Amino acid sequence: MTLAILVLLPFLGAVLPPLAERLGASRTVLSLSAALMPALALVLLIGPAGAVFDGQTVHALVPWVPSLGLELAFRLDGLALLFALLVLGIGLLVILYARYYLSAKEKAGRFFAFLLLFMGAMLGVVTSDNLLLLVLFWELTSLSSFLLIGFWSHQSTARKGARMAMTITGMGGLALLAGVLLIGQVVGSYSLGDALASGDAIRASGLYPLILGLVLLGIFTKSAQFPFHFWLPHAMAAPTPVSAYLHSATMVKAGVFLLARFYPMLAGTDLWFDVVSLAGMITLLWGAAAALFQHDLKGLLAYSTISHLGLITLLFGLNTELAAVAAVFHIINHATFKASLFMAAGIIDHETGTRDMRRINGLWKYMPYTAVLAMVASAAMAGVPLLNGFLSKEMFFAETLESGRLGAMSWVLPLGATLGGVFSVAYSARFIHDVFFNGEPVNLPKFPPHEPPRYMKVPVEILVALCVAVGVLPSITVSGLLAVAASATLGGDLPAYHLSIWHGFNLPLLMSVVALLGGVAVYSQRNWLFRQYERLPEINANLIFEGRMQRLVRAASALSDTLRNGSLQSYAAWLLALVALVLLVYLSPAVLDGQRQLLPLDGVSLLAGAMLVVAALITAILHRHRMTAIMSLSAVGLVVSLAFVRLSAPDLALTQLSVEIVTLLLLMLAMYFLPVRTQMESGWPRVLRDMVLAVVIGGGVGVMAFAMMTSDFQSISGYFLDNAKSGGGGTNVVNVILVDFRGFDTFGEITVLGIAALGIYALLRDLDLRSASSDSLGRPWARDAHPLVLVTISRPLLPLALLISVYIFLRGHNLPGGGFIAGLITSVALLLQYVASGVAWVHRRLPGDYHPVVAVGLLLAGITGVASWFFGHPFLTSTFDYLYWPLVGKFEVASAMLFDIGVFLTVVGATLLMLANLGKLSMLDDKAKEGA
Amino acid sequence: MEALVAVMIAVLVGTGVYLVLRARTFPVILGITLLSYGVNLFVFISGRLAVNQPAIVGNGPASDPLPQALVLTAIVIGFAMTAFLVVLALRGQGETGTDHVDGKRDDGGEG
Repeated sequence: MTLAILVLLPFLGAVLPPLAERLGASRTVLSLSAALMPALALVLLIGPAGAVFDGQTVHALVPWVPSLGLELAFRLDGLALLFALLVLGIGLLVILYARYYLSAKEKAGRFFAFLLLFMGAMLGVVTSDNLLLLVLFWELTSLSSFLLIGFWSHQSTARKGARMAMTITGMGGLALLAGVLLIGQVVGSYSLGDALASGDAIRASGLYPLILGLVLLGIFTKSAQFPFHFWLPHAMAAPTPVSAYLHSATMVKAGVFLLARFYPMLAGTDLWFDVVSLAGMITLLWGAAAALFQHDLKGLLAYSTISHLGLITLLFGLNTELAAVAAVFHIINHATFKASLFMAAGIIDHETGTRDMRRINGLWKYMPYTAVLAMVASAAMAGVPLLNGFLSKEMFFAETLESGRLGAMSWVLPLGATLGGVFSVAYSARFIHDVFFNGEPVNLPKFPPHEPPRYMKVPVEILVALCVAVGVLPSITVSGLLAVAASATLGGDLPAYHLSIWHGFNLPLLMSVVALLGGVAVYSQRNWLFRQYERLPEINANLIFEGRMQRLVRAASALSDTLRNGSLQSYAAWLLALVALVLLVYLSPAVLDGQRQLLPLDGVSLLAGAMLVVAALITAILHRHRMTAIMSLSAVGLVVSLAFVRLSAPDLALTQLSVEIVTLLLLMLAMYFLPVRTQMESGWPRVLRDMVLAVVIGGGVGVMAFAMMTSDFQSISGYFLDNAKSGGGGTNVVNVILVDFRGFDTFGEITVLGIAALGIYALLRDLDLRSASSDSLGRPWARDAHPLVLVTISRPLLPLALLISVYIFLRGHNLPGGGFIAGLITSVALLLQYVASGVAWVHRRLPGDYHPVVAVGLLLAGITGVASWFFGHPFLTSTFDYLYWPLVGKFEVASAMLFDIGVFLTVVGATLLMLANLGKLSMLDDKAKEGA
Repeated sequence: MEALVAVMIAVLVGTGVYLVLRARTFPVILGITLLSYGVNLFVFISGRLAVNQPAIVGNGPASDPLPQALVLTAIVIGFAMTAFLVVLALRGQGETGTDHVDGKRDDGGEG
């Protein structure tokens, strides 16, 4: 479990720096707060690390979405340990470095928060034991690196660089996800352990080329391999600590990490060799050659990074165990020397105000200490003996000689490797000679430069010391870590190899010597080479990329403007047309072959059905005559209630009937303000189009309904029918479902009802609506008093209706009825008073405010649910018992009844809140007219 | 009986769809009401048709209570939604001065 906490720590830590900044902490305290969690994580790593060195793999597992095969599974083996050390260790050094790098006015809190987010994501990638989780963290690294690269968001280059990195690596991430899903299909599990063990099955599967292609897309985009290398130089717009972190030890290394991680799964085939080593070789040479021609200090380092990543990729591509060991070794070495070089470049930038190597010359005089550090690191990058870069490069040269895959063309590999070495020496020489010697500085923005603050050099010193220590004493310093990391990569035993400085006179040594001498020779001819380079046509990847992006955006917005033209009517038409299309495509006559026994048709039903059809058609055809339409709509509603009666659903019939009355009132009230007639405005083509849509969708749904009714099915209702009496204490199963079995759903539904009522209340507030003072024919509205007959009849009806609603409520548990229906009946009875006697009359007698009723109803329902907690039962568990009342006899009291009272109150409150407020609106309008 | 119910549902949905596509708020409200009748019936009949078999235990065979419970709350919520729509239409009329669904003035644009 330590492992899961370990990954979580940087994410937790991301909160601290912004908090410290808000509290006004000094820059040092701020940086310490950022370093706290990574340092803690590093300490926590010690325990599991011991186990890993003993040859174990440490696991941690927290289930997340087991049904999807997604779990928070972490593993720490040698490879994960190596990367965790790099991520945390170099991360801490970068935090220390950034403490001095960021100027006082920059938002350091935010910077460190982004950095820690990225660190957490990276840690997640390297320790995931679940493929889906790995992809998740992988995408998180893309997202957080976007924030880091674009940190100086006021600069256009930073924004564009960040966007490019995000687009390229994000696309790769999607490809990786697809690849991983396919792996999961082949393996039958998303566990990394299972997948690693199923290497043979994956390689034998027909999906292997596809899986490999998709996974490599993810890897190559992330690790800036040709042809996706172009985003990396543009990401140099980031603050230098970010570059030092992302482009040495982490972001781009995530790609090669995955090459190592998936090595046992995917490597070993000719396809792997061809694709991976070819991409690696091209990237190695391209990057090395391009690096020499960069005048920007960070640009040189960026292309050199590309080149070294190519080298690592090429090593993995060679398909030999020793090459994989060399690749892991070079990952370590590159991380150390490249991080220190980026930091040195940042120091130089900081002290001189520029990164242009045509202007920075002769710094040896001004900052000799930094110069020594940078020179040692560059020498390591060039592969000079006694430094770590030499060891892994020597292994690389040796491995290129071993591969036999290309047959007679095998000499290509060592030749390319040597050529890469030559350029790598040349650009390293340029980094040293151009910057620290080569005459005097030219027109520096800050002059004279001097040594940076003491502690800004500490991270560089540590890294350079590591370069030397590994280079001189590899067997003491690095061999243990390398051994566990490499054996985890290979997923088994290690081949025999020997880390030492001197292997005797052999071919790799000769290649090294050629590379060193050749590199110096190439560098000495630099002026001629630069002139040739100037003549080449300039390819600005940024311009091409941006151009394409903008074209894409233009095309997309043209499309969306066409579809999104601001007309709700046309959206509705599109949506329904799509529904119609789906119905037309998927419905076949075969669905009508149901075997279920049909019910006989009787005359009354037929008559009622015909009425419904006619009334619905009248509503549709005469909808412009709004009054008529409301009347025919009510007729439709009545027939629907009758249908519920006929089809054994008395509860539904009662509900529909009461709702019908309330809806009618609602529409009549709305009519008061809306025009009486709808203008004729649809042209015939549109009417025809809508009719076609209506016929297709209506017909399609009808066919579906018939198909459903005529096919047999398995209902899950048997449980409810069996347990209604024994478990819920009621015989009306519909009501027992509502208040007991699915009480939680009902609770949600009455909550929605309350929210809708409140929404209506809010919408009606301060609404200024004037109704027309006359009807469409110009006749003024009648201003009669409330009709006496209605008033006289309605008043005695109220107590009767309330009595009925109590009756309906009480019997609801056993016979049709219940809180919903009783609530609706009460509402109708009260609304009748509004209609007959007016809002003012009712409000003189009743509190006009219905919010508390809704609130009390919801509270009551909620409390009933919560109460069951106190008896040790889950939310809304109901209990019941039987009481004997004289005269009434035995009846049952259930806690569900309390819940039903809550439902009742909510329904009454919500309905009246809606309609009374609408009614009040018309009253205000009347007053305004009278006043006018 | 099944065919009759299917025809009823078809007509309700069809007229509902036609009215929902109109340009003024009022017919749209009518359309949505008709559509919800149709949809409620559709959900209801997923328990299949039965005559004289209310979902009450102790009286012989009972119809499927689950769709009925679903539809019961759907009717009430449907009413709440209709009411909300009506008020939204009123508010729209108050704010824009027209009852066109796209908020267009009466003088401009086609319907």
